[in-house]
Amino acid sequence: MAKIRGAVVVDVERCKGCVICVNACPTNVLNMSKEVNGKGYSYSFMENPEACTGCMSCSMVCPDVVITVYRMKVG
Amino acid sequence: MVTIEDIIKEENKVFSKTKLLTDKTFSYCPGCGHGVAHRIIMEVVEEMGIVEQTIGVAPVGCSVLAYDFMDVDMQQAAHGRAPAVATGISRVFPDKYVFTYQGDGDLAAIGTAETIHACSRAENIVIFFINNGIYGMTGGQMAPTTLIGMKTSTSPHGRDLYNMGFPIKITEMVAQLDGVQYVTRQAVHTPAAVRKTKKAVKKAFENVKNRKGVSFIEIVSNCNSGWKMTPVKSNEWMEENMFPVYPLGDIKG
Repeated sequence: MAKIRGAVVVDVERCKGCVICVNACPTNVLNMSKEVNGKGYSYSFMENPEACTGCMSCSMVCPDVVITVYRMKVG
Repeated sequence: MVTIEDIIKEENKVFSKTKLLTDKTFSYCPGCGHGVAHRIIMEVVEEMGIVEQTIGVAPVGCSVLAYDFMDVDMQQAAHGRAPAVATGISRVFPDKYVFTYQGDGDLAAIGTAETIHACSRAENIVIFFINNGIYGMTGGQMAPTTLIGMKTSTSPHGRDLYNMGFPIKITEMVAQLDGVQYVTRQAVHTPAAVRKTKKAVKKAFENVKNRKGVSFIEIVSNCNSGWKMTPVKSNEWMEENMFPVYPLGDIKG
């Protein structure tokens, strides 16, 4: 059966660490980093990349438009 | 085995930032709804192919710098006067898509007269009204749209009905005017709400194309700095407290 796999790329330097994307992700892919970016904000990253379906929920609610979403069919 | 590098390829890209947002980092606080509102307006302008025909009017308030972020022709207006400036622009350039982007301190307080009269004159413009119930830019003072009991820096014990009156529901007010074609209230805090808002924005710009008069879109948003909450908590608070007073949905048209 074809499966949908997704991935997101976060523009780390522009992320302000608001956590809204982490909250919006239906498959709990995202989490906040322990490190901080140049502005001192903790940023969002894929903690659990296997679960990403590329549904774009995170990018829909990201207030700073820092998330790029990729999606492909596998198998 | 599919690796992340296999997925992250140009041909698999399904979402990226629209070209109509500049590379400047938004000046808004982390988690502020302004960013999403900017994005969906610019996405609709791009999708409709009306970039060269669109002129925006920026307000005074947090979004005063909207002209730095939106890569379309922009004009900045005096506090509350964006609908008056938009009136002038749309009358000189009747074929352009003119929109104003205003907050509640701008549109519902100092700009009440301009808003109501522009709506009454059926100007062919779109008015975006971002309502977060507070003056965000100046430090979280009470706005006309502040809820009863809501704490702000000028109502530290909560808005008191006896002294400060009721919040003004400007969107319901303008819906009464014959010059207004489309009135809706939306939000941008969840993916579903963002998609609905985008549809509303598209409908509003199509009304301009068909010369139907004013389209008025209120977007209920958060102000986590002014409300003194985390962004996620402020969105929950907004659902629990703002939406009963400012219910979402189409009001007219």
